[in-house]
Amino acid sequence: MKMKTIKTCVTALISALLVLSPVAYADKWSDQFPHIKATGDIPGECSYESMSKKNYKGKTLKINTHAVPVMGEPTALHAEQFAKLTGAKVDVTHTPAGDLYAKAMVPFQAGQAPYDIVFGFSNFINDWKRYLEPVPKKYVEMKQMQDVTPSHIGIASWDGVMYQFPVDGDRHYLKYRKDVIDNPKYQKKYKADTGKELRVPQTWKEYGEMAAYFNGWDWDGDGEKEYGSAEVMKKDDLMYAAFYSRSAAYSKNPKTPGGFFFDLKTMKPLINNPGFVEALTDWVAATKYVPPGGINFGLGDEIGSFGGGQTLFSFSWDDAFVAAMQPDSPINNKVGAAQLPGAMKVWNRTTNSWDEGFNQAPFFVWGWAVGVAKKSKEKEMAFDYLCFFANEANHQADIGIGRFGVNPFRNDDFKADVWTQIGWDKDIAQSYVDTLAQMEESKNRVFPLRVPGTFEFNAALATAAAKALAGQLSPQAALDEAAKQWEDILNRVGKDNVRKAYSVGVAMEDNKL
Amino acid sequence: MNFKHKYVFLFPGLFVLIGILIFPIIFTIRLSLSGWNSYTPEMNFIGITNYIRLFTDDPRFWESFFRLSFLSVTTVILQYIIGFALALIVWREIKFKRFFRVIFLIPMMTTPVIMTVIWRTFFHESLGPVNDLLGNLGVEPILWLSDPVIAKFTVIIVEVWQWTPFMFLLLLAGLLSLPKEPFLAAAIDGASPFRKFVYVTFPLMAPISIGAIIIRLIEASKIMDTVFVLTSGGPGTATETSSFYIYIKGLREFQMGYAATLSFTYLVIMIISLTIIAKVLTKLMIKE
Repeated sequence: MKMKTIKTCVTALISALLVLSPVAYADKWSDQFPHIKATGDIPGECSYESMSKKNYKGKTLKINTHAVPVMGEPTALHAEQFAKLTGAKVDVTHTPAGDLYAKAMVPFQAGQAPYDIVFGFSNFINDWKRYLEPVPKKYVEMKQMQDVTPSHIGIASWDGVMYQFPVDGDRHYLKYRKDVIDNPKYQKKYKADTGKELRVPQTWKEYGEMAAYFNGWDWDGDGEKEYGSAEVMKKDDLMYAAFYSRSAAYSKNPKTPGGFFFDLKTMKPLINNPGFVEALTDWVAATKYVPPGGINFGLGDEIGSFGGGQTLFSFSWDDAFVAAMQPDSPINNKVGAAQLPGAMKVWNRTTNSWDEGFNQAPFFVWGWAVGVAKKSKEKEMAFDYLCFFANEANHQADIGIGRFGVNPFRNDDFKADVWTQIGWDKDIAQSYVDTLAQMEESKNRVFPLRVPGTFEFNAALATAAAKALAGQLSPQAALDEAAKQWEDILNRVGKDNVRKAYSVGVAMEDNKL
Repeated sequence: MNFKHKYVFLFPGLFVLIGILIFPIIFTIRLSLSGWNSYTPEMNFIGITNYIRLFTDDPRFWESFFRLSFLSVTTVILQYIIGFALALIVWREIKFKRFFRVIFLIPMMTTPVIMTVIWRTFFHESLGPVNDLLGNLGVEPILWLSDPVIAKFTVIIVEVWQWTPFMFLLLLAGLLSLPKEPFLAAAIDGASPFRKFVYVTFPLMAPISIGAIIIRLIEASKIMDTVFVLTSGGPGTATETSSFYIYIKGLREFQMGYAATLSFTYLVIMIISLTIIAKVLTKLMIKE
C-alpha cells in the first residue's frame, strides 16, 4: 500500500513537471540568469552554455549604446551576463539617441576606437560602413542568423556584406484600441453620427475621421478625456520617420519603380510632389486630434500616451504596442495591430497625375543596429558579445519587454505562440504576427534612406515638416523648402555618390534584391 | 642684473592661454574654411564657400540669431528687475533676512538640465500639473510647449527662474558695499524712499548693474540646455537659438566645417554687439 502511494506520488510529480515544463524552465542557466526563466538556455553557437566555455578574463570590452531603457537596458543586462559567463570586463556607455551618430563618428574619423561596439540606427550604415568590421562568415552562416528575415539581412548589409549585427527589427504599423473599434455600441453610434462604418481604418482619411470623432471625450469611462491619435511629431526626435510612414501610401506607386525619395535617373527630390504634400496636409490636420501638446511628442511620449490608454490610434515602432500588452498596462489585451493605412489615390510621377484606387505601402523604417569598430583590438570578443546578445533565449525574453526596444526580426517571431506564451490573447497575437508577416510579404515596400549625408536629408525634411505642423509654413511651401535643401545637399555630397548609394535601397524597394 | 630669465615665468600661463584659447580659435577658423562633414572627413580647403552659404543661403541661422537676441534681452531685463527688487528687500533690516537670502539662491544652485526636465514635466500639456491645476479652475489647457508664441515665453519663465538668483547675488553684494554717507545725507534732507532709490541707490549701483547685465547677457546668449531639454527648438523652429542651431549642424548633421563657420561668425557678432551694449549702458546709466 505504502509502495503504491509512493509510486502514485512520483508519477504525479513527473506528470506535473512535464505539464509545467513549457511554462518555466529550471536549467542551471535560468537559475543564475532569471531573465531567461521562461525558456531556459536554448542550445546554439552563442547560448549561455557555449559562452561559458569562452575565457576573456583580463580583457575589457567597451560599448557605446543608447540611454536606458530603450536598447540601453538590454545592452547593459547582456553585458553583465556576458561578463559573468566569460570573465571579461564590459564597460557600457549610455548616450542619448541624437548623439549616437556623432559619438561614434568623431573617433572614427580621427582613426581611434574608444568603443569596440557602437550602437546606432540602421540608416547610419552608409556613413559608418567604412569604419566597421564586416560580420565574420562564421556568424553570418550560423543557425541563429539563418532565421533572420531577408528584409532585415538586407537592412544590416551593404552590397552583400553584412556590417551590422542584427539585434532588432523595425517597421511602422498601426496600433488601435480594439475595445473601441470592435465595440458594437460605438460602431452603432459612429454609424448614426457619421453614416460611416467604424472599423480598422483602411486609409489615412478614415484614420483622421475616426481620430477626430474620438477626440476630447471620455470614451473608456475612466474619468479622463481621451484623444484621437498619438504620433511622433517632435522635430529632431524621429518625426521624419513618422512623416515617411504617412507619405508612403500616397507616394509609393508600384507602377513607377525607381525611387521613393528621389527619382533615381535624375536624382530630382520627390518629397515635394503632390503625394507628399497630401500626406503633410493630413498630418497638419492631425494636430487637431492629438492630445494637448501632442505636437511636441517624441517617441517616449508616444509610447507613454498610447501605452497609457490616452489615445485611440498610434503608429510607429513596436514598442508602444508591446508596452500596451504588458501585464501591468491599463490597456493590456485591449489593442490591435494592423498595417499602416493606405490611400484611395497614389501619385504617379510619370504621368504627373493621381492614379485612383487603393494603395498601401509598408515602411521598413530604420531600427537599432550595432557594429564592431574596424580598429577595435577585441573584435572576436565583440562579435561574441553581439551573438550572445541576440541568442535565442535572450531574444525571446527581450522581445516581450516593451521598454527594451527589441522587436521581431526572425521568422520564429512571426508565430503567434511566442506571444500567447507571454500572456497575449490569441486573436491579438495572431493579428500582430499577421501584420508583421504581411509587411514582409508586401511587394510595395519603402525602405529607409541610407545614403551619404542621411542625417542632413532627414533633418532638412524634419525641419520643414515641423514648420508646417507649427503653422509657420503651408505644407506645399514647407516641402518646397525641404526639396530645395535636398538639392543643395545633393550638390555638396555629389549626385553620383548619393545615386550609387540610393540605388541599393531602390533595388530593395523594387524587389530586385 | 640680467632679468631676461624672468620671461621664463610667463611661459606656463602663455602655454595655457595658447592651449585653451588661441589654438581653438585658429583651429575653428581653419575648420570653417573646410568642407569637413560625414562623407568628406578631411580638412580640405574650400575657401570662403561656407561663409557665402551663411550670408546668402541660410535664413534659419539669422532667424535663430534674432530669436536669441529677443530671448536674451527679455530674460536679462526681467532678471535684473526681479533680482534688484529681491536684493532691495533683503538689504533692509527684515525678519529672517538670512533665511530669505538662502532661499532666493536655491534655483541657481540646482542643475539647469535637471531643473529644465522638471519644468518640462510641469508644463506638459496633457500630463503636467500646471494644466491640471488650471483645468480645476475651468481653464482650457494652455499649449505651453507647442504654441510657437507661448513656447518662447515658457523658455523665458524657466530662464528667469533659474538665473534671477545670480543677478540677485551680484546686486546684493553691490548694495552691501555701498557707502553709508549718501544715504545719511538723503535721510537728513528728508528724501522719500522712492527719491532715495532714484537719486542715490540706483546711480551708485550703476557700475555694478552694468557688470551684472553684461555677465548675464554673455551667459544668456549661449542659451542651449534649456531649449534643448524644454522644446528642442520647436514647435517648428519657434524656439531655436543660435547655439542650438550650431549644435544641430555640427553634432547632429556632422557638418563640422559649416558649424565652425557659424561658430566663428557668431563669436565675432557677439563680441561686437556686447561691446556696443556695454558702451551704450555706460552712457545711459553712468552720469559724470
